[in-house]
Amino acid sequence: MKNNGYFKELFVGAKSLLVGLGVTFKAFTQPIVTVQYPREKLEITPNYRGHIELVRDPETGECPCIVCGMCARTCPCGCITVKGEKKEGEKRKSLTVFQLDFTKCSLCGLCVESCPKAAIDFSQDYNIAGFTREEFHYDLIKRLEERG
Amino acid sequence: MPEPCRPDSKPHRFFLNMGPQHPSTHGVLRVILEMDGEYVVDPQPVLGYGHRMHEKMAECRPWPQFLPNTGRMDYAAALPYNHGYVALIERLAGIEVPLRAEYIRVITSELNRIASHLLWFGALLLDLGAFTPILYSFDDREQILDILEDITGSRLTYCYFRVGGVSKDIDDKFVERTRAFIKRLRGRFPMYEKLVNGNIIFIKRVEDIGIIDADMCRRYGATGPVIRGAGVPYDIRKSEPYSVYPEFDFEIPVGSKGDSMDRFLVRFQEMEQSLRIIEQALDKLPEGPFMAKVPKKLKLPAGDANFSVEAARGELAYYLISDGSDVPYRLKIRVPSYSNLSLLPEMCRGMLLSDLVAAMGSLDLVIPEIDR
Amino acid sequence: METAVSHELVRMVIAAVLVIAFVFLNAMIMGYLERKISAHIQRRPGLMEVGPHGILQLLIDGLKLIGKQLIVPKDADKPLFRLAPLLSFTPVVLPLIVIPFGPKLQVRDLDIGLVFILAVSSLNVMAILIAGWSSNNKYSLFGAMRSVAQNISYEIPMLLSLLAVVMITNTFSMQGIIAAQNKIWFFIVQPVAFLIYLTASFAETNRAPFDLPEAESELTAGYHTEYSGMGFSLFMLAEYANMFVVCSIATVLFLGGWRGIPLPLGDYGPAIWFFLKVYGLMLFMIWVRWTYPRTRFDQLMNFCWKYMIPFALVNLLVTAVVVKLI
Ligand code: SF4
Ligand code: SF4
Repeated sequence: MKNNGYFKELFVGAKSLLVGLGVTFKAFTQPIVTVQYPREKLEITPNYRGHIELVRDPETGECPCIVCGMCARTCPCGCITVKGEKKEGEKRKSLTVFQLDFTKCSLCGLCVESCPKAAIDFSQDYNIAGFTREEFHYDLIKRLEERG
Repeated sequence: MPEPCRPDSKPHRFFLNMGPQHPSTHGVLRVILEMDGEYVVDPQPVLGYGHRMHEKMAECRPWPQFLPNTGRMDYAAALPYNHGYVALIERLAGIEVPLRAEYIRVITSELNRIASHLLWFGALLLDLGAFTPILYSFDDREQILDILEDITGSRLTYCYFRVGGVSKDIDDKFVERTRAFIKRLRGRFPMYEKLVNGNIIFIKRVEDIGIIDADMCRRYGATGPVIRGAGVPYDIRKSEPYSVYPEFDFEIPVGSKGDSMDRFLVRFQEMEQSLRIIEQALDKLPEGPFMAKVPKKLKLPAGDANFSVEAARGELAYYLISDGSDVPYRLKIRVPSYSNLSLLPEMCRGMLLSDLVAAMGSLDLVIPEIDR
Repeated sequence: METAVSHELVRMVIAAVLVIAFVFLNAMIMGYLERKISAHIQRRPGLMEVGPHGILQLLIDGLKLIGKQLIVPKDADKPLFRLAPLLSFTPVVLPLIVIPFGPKLQVRDLDIGLVFILAVSSLNVMAILIAGWSSNNKYSLFGAMRSVAQNISYEIPMLLSLLAVVMITNTFSMQGIIAAQNKIWFFIVQPVAFLIYLTASFAETNRAPFDLPEAESELTAGYHTEYSGMGFSLFMLAEYANMFVVCSIATVLFLGGWRGIPLPLGDYGPAIWFFLKVYGLMLFMIWVRWTYPRTRFDQLMNFCWKYMIPFALVNLLVTAVVVKLI
């Protein structure tokens, strides 16, 4: 700490501190950038990947799933259970069980990509909460029917 | 650099347990500090609190199913991890990736790198006791997350790249938003510089603290901004170019002394360089498919391959041995934070506790990546 | 004779109640301002939920803290652990007795008012030391040791800068000092002393950038790591009251105390001016806290011994010479 550095440091330092104060003061006068979450909500992008959902074929109104089991096999986390049975007089198997264990899902999207019939898609639910694990064992057939 | 006040008087020493829940270990790192007053005599990191057996998982499942795991090691910059893994499989199986897909990979990876550096910027300042910068940098980071969410479908643990391309093409909206973001972030840099870089208190806290020279980096295998801060221009994007990085004009910022300040400046300038890469990539973005034709059931040929990418924290290397089935025989992942953390004991010997916190912050550790 | 004594007694009791009530009120106002201002600096809305713009939030917080269990760690030194918050609270209440809020609005105008304040408020360090020691936690102890070292060193430049003013006024009485500023406020006469005092007061009140005793990224919460509920809130109250005391000293000594453009409010006009000045200084302290990183311990000490004390001494010397010559 030699003589000239001594005062120089003091002035340079003091100046930098004042500049810093200026920055925060400017921010103080600027508008707020956050939203008050539960009261205001931001639009979620339609490309958001939530948990999976069965979808209907827009033409027939039926779920096009053929119970091939590709999705269940591709899923890295083993969270999909698909079962179907062949009813009398039908060409293909019809879906009886489609369970998603969302507690294990890693939202990777591999199942959706693997489905040959585009029978599953992502939902837009992002704020899912619950008290028990069982609340996240979704019965997707039931959810599909509820959606109408 | 202050010396321990009583270097050889053992009885005065005591142990301080920092972590696994401590505000500045950023996750579940535990450091056992042997202290002499406020001076740290010997810091010993204790790892493993977040161990999830990622490497073992890779040996137990068909290789495409490991993809979501790659996004969960370094959660702050997941896309380079995606990139390394899919590029490894592509190299082993000999798959050509369409040019457009490579461009998309580079753009999104660089965006992710900036997001990661912004996070680190805020966290370091938080370690130094400034509460405000992290909120400014999160404001900017939020923009990146929004852009990436729109295209990848998730905000943090991305699983976007696929073997042979990417899972979703980018559109004009993405290009437009990214350009807007580049402009915005460039406009914000002067503010950061005024608030932080020039601040005398900040300078005093990071200058000449935690000096790591190039030799020490080599001994411990430190990579990324840590070795670049020590003056070695080692960046996989330049020294072992992959993807389409050779087509872009960008610089590798290096430091001179290897102190915390240099590492800070290196990362700060890297953000600017990443912006340059993104800008050029957007200009040159070719048309074409975003996904190559990949057989549905791709068996890996027997043999081994490795692939390195420059993750946000340094060199990330995957090494895979295949026995010809669709399940890898072994997947080794070399993560940058692990080597960077191993510098800690040597770097911090004889330091003040406050400096240890600052120096650790300047290494930019992500603990789940170390524990994987 | 008898009525005079009882009058005096009633006056003291009322004053004591008012002073304690004021400490709580001050903490509430400051807590609110701190959170609101920091929020706006960080471009968020801050408190919004309880009451309009969250005004009642601090009231609810206070109730919550009172309702909480006071957890005493198993290995703590229990009597001392319980004593420390009270001990930190007392010395910050006492100085309010001699602070002149207005020409007549003062509990007692002691001849040695300034000395009294400085003497009493430095007791606060004891409380912090006891809190840190009795918690039986290494982080708390670190916080306590830092606090003691810092407070004691910064008391020197603080006293030296105040002494320069006292040399001019020739009195320790608070009203006397204000009276001496009828022509010109002392921060113009003594700019160096004012700056030194202001900087030292950050350190004295353990406020950022000198908040080392509670440096949360290093020491989790410093000396009050182990305190919960009311114990913790007493420390908070003490911190804010301490800020108030320190800022009122600055106001009295450098900013002309209750002087200002006369307001048509009788005796309360000057009090408004006084509070405006004090809260202005306190807002400045909040503003500073949310801008800077924290200094390191040895840098803090270096700054004190290498810059503050020499400057304060030179300033004192110059003042002495000038006073002698005039
Ligand atoms: S998103 Fe991934 S983890 Fe979730 S169900 Fe589909 S394949 Fe399984
Ligand atoms: S959802 Fe698709 S992949 Fe899954 S069983 Fe049905 S058709 Fe097959």
